[in-house]
Amino acid sequence: MKYAYFPGCSLHSTAAEYDESTREVCEALGIELKEIPDWNCCGATSAHSLSHELSVALPLRNLSKAEEMGLNVIAPCAACFNRLKSADMAVKEDPKLLAAITEKSGVKYGGGVEVLSLLAAISGLGDEVVKARVKRELKGLKVACYYGCLLLRPPGVTQFDDPENPMSLDHIINDLGAETVEWPYKNECCGASLSLSKPEIVVKLTHDILSVAKRAGANCIVTACPLCQGNLDMRQPDIAKKYGETFDMPIFYFTQLMGLAFGIPADFLGLKKLLVEPDAVLALVGR
Amino acid sequence: MAQSVAEDRMKISDDICFRTEIENLSGQKIMDCYQCGECTAGCPVSYTSDLAPNQVIRLVQLGQDDDVLKSKMIWLCVGCETCGTRCPKKVELSKVMDALRETSVKRGISAREPAIKIFHETFLRSVERGGRTHEISMLGEYKLRSKDLFSDLILGARLFCKGKLAIIPSIIKGRGEMKKIFGLLKRK
Repeated sequence: MKYAYFPGCSLHSTAAEYDESTREVCEALGIELKEIPDWNCCGATSAHSLSHELSVALPLRNLSKAEEMGLNVIAPCAACFNRLKSADMAVKEDPKLLAAITEKSGVKYGGGVEVLSLLAAISGLGDEVVKARVKRELKGLKVACYYGCLLLRPPGVTQFDDPENPMSLDHIINDLGAETVEWPYKNECCGASLSLSKPEIVVKLTHDILSVAKRAGANCIVTACPLCQGNLDMRQPDIAKKYGETFDMPIFYFTQLMGLAFGIPADFLGLKKLLVEPDAVLALVGR
Repeated sequence: MAQSVAEDRMKISDDICFRTEIENLSGQKIMDCYQCGECTAGCPVSYTSDLAPNQVIRLVQLGQDDDVLKSKMIWLCVGCETCGTRCPKKVELSKVMDALRETSVKRGISAREPAIKIFHETFLRSVERGGRTHEISMLGEYKLRSKDLFSDLILGARLFCKGKLAIIPSIIKGRGEMKKIFGLLKRK
């Protein structure tokens, strides 16, 4: 299986550990990733907040490059995935929009690319494929699988899992031998792009998510999105200051746990880049 | 009396114009909303906003452009898409919010949540310059423009120590293409 790989800006900076662990895990699963040459930012929330045309044109340049490669696209970042897929669908639904963008910006796109999130691609392999790679089960971990928003919604765009009670990530984590908790906040919003401009909102939303995960008995949270991981990981000191509650709950990328279960050395999975140290929790599973 | 009827008619036609403008820009059928409030029940930011999401839709239905374009809500909406996913009439409210923000900028209305708008503008300028975001220069510019110089400095230092912030920006070759693409924004 060969895919055009769209890492996106976060995976080259704040979420470098997601990039590292994605490459390792995909190699182990036989998924070949070929990075889209000279890719550009998808525009994220900021582009669609200020211009619909721009929010479609930015991802389209990447899709047109993937089309030249003759490959479907995998995007690990939930926001990138959502913007790429939204742009693909927007021009398929509205050919006039595509014509206008091509005329004004020169970006051409034939519509021949399928966009997948990394989670959907791995989930699509099936439980047996994942289980077959497991060398050391993660027994002892109690994981709250956090899906957030953009992998799931809007369902007409994402075409993935149940938006109200998603289970695909839970199944993968169970395949690794870890326990998953049932909790009602798996698809709540973390505040995402408000992280810098309205930190007080993000602190409130991430506090709610962490406290529900803790009450459900989780000792860590797993995400498939750099915005979710960043907000939940980075804001724990601010949460402690505001709410007087210290969680010390590690926030992993799902690929990091997959890598650990596959026997990939921790150094290749960027575990040291997490702000909340995962050592105590990983000691529970003998890592 | 006659004059006031004529004025009323003009006002009504303006109201319909605003609604139609937002419908065209968002591709959503605004009049389908029957105010059940499901969008507001699930909204992560309505607790701190001036207007609730269902009130935004109602004001657009009524053509109250001033109230809605000057609201905090259109900027606070983070695009989580919970509202549209749960809407029984399939109105995708986040697309309506996008259309309202775009319209408010086009009309030169100052944002009631300036920091959020400054963040989006700074983010896009970073992408326009290099094709990809460069966090350190973007954060510096954001802090200067928003005059919020001191928050999150410790956090920034922690991210830097973890090797999560690159000093040298990653710049793409297709910057000429970026310039053309960003023409779409500037023409507005």
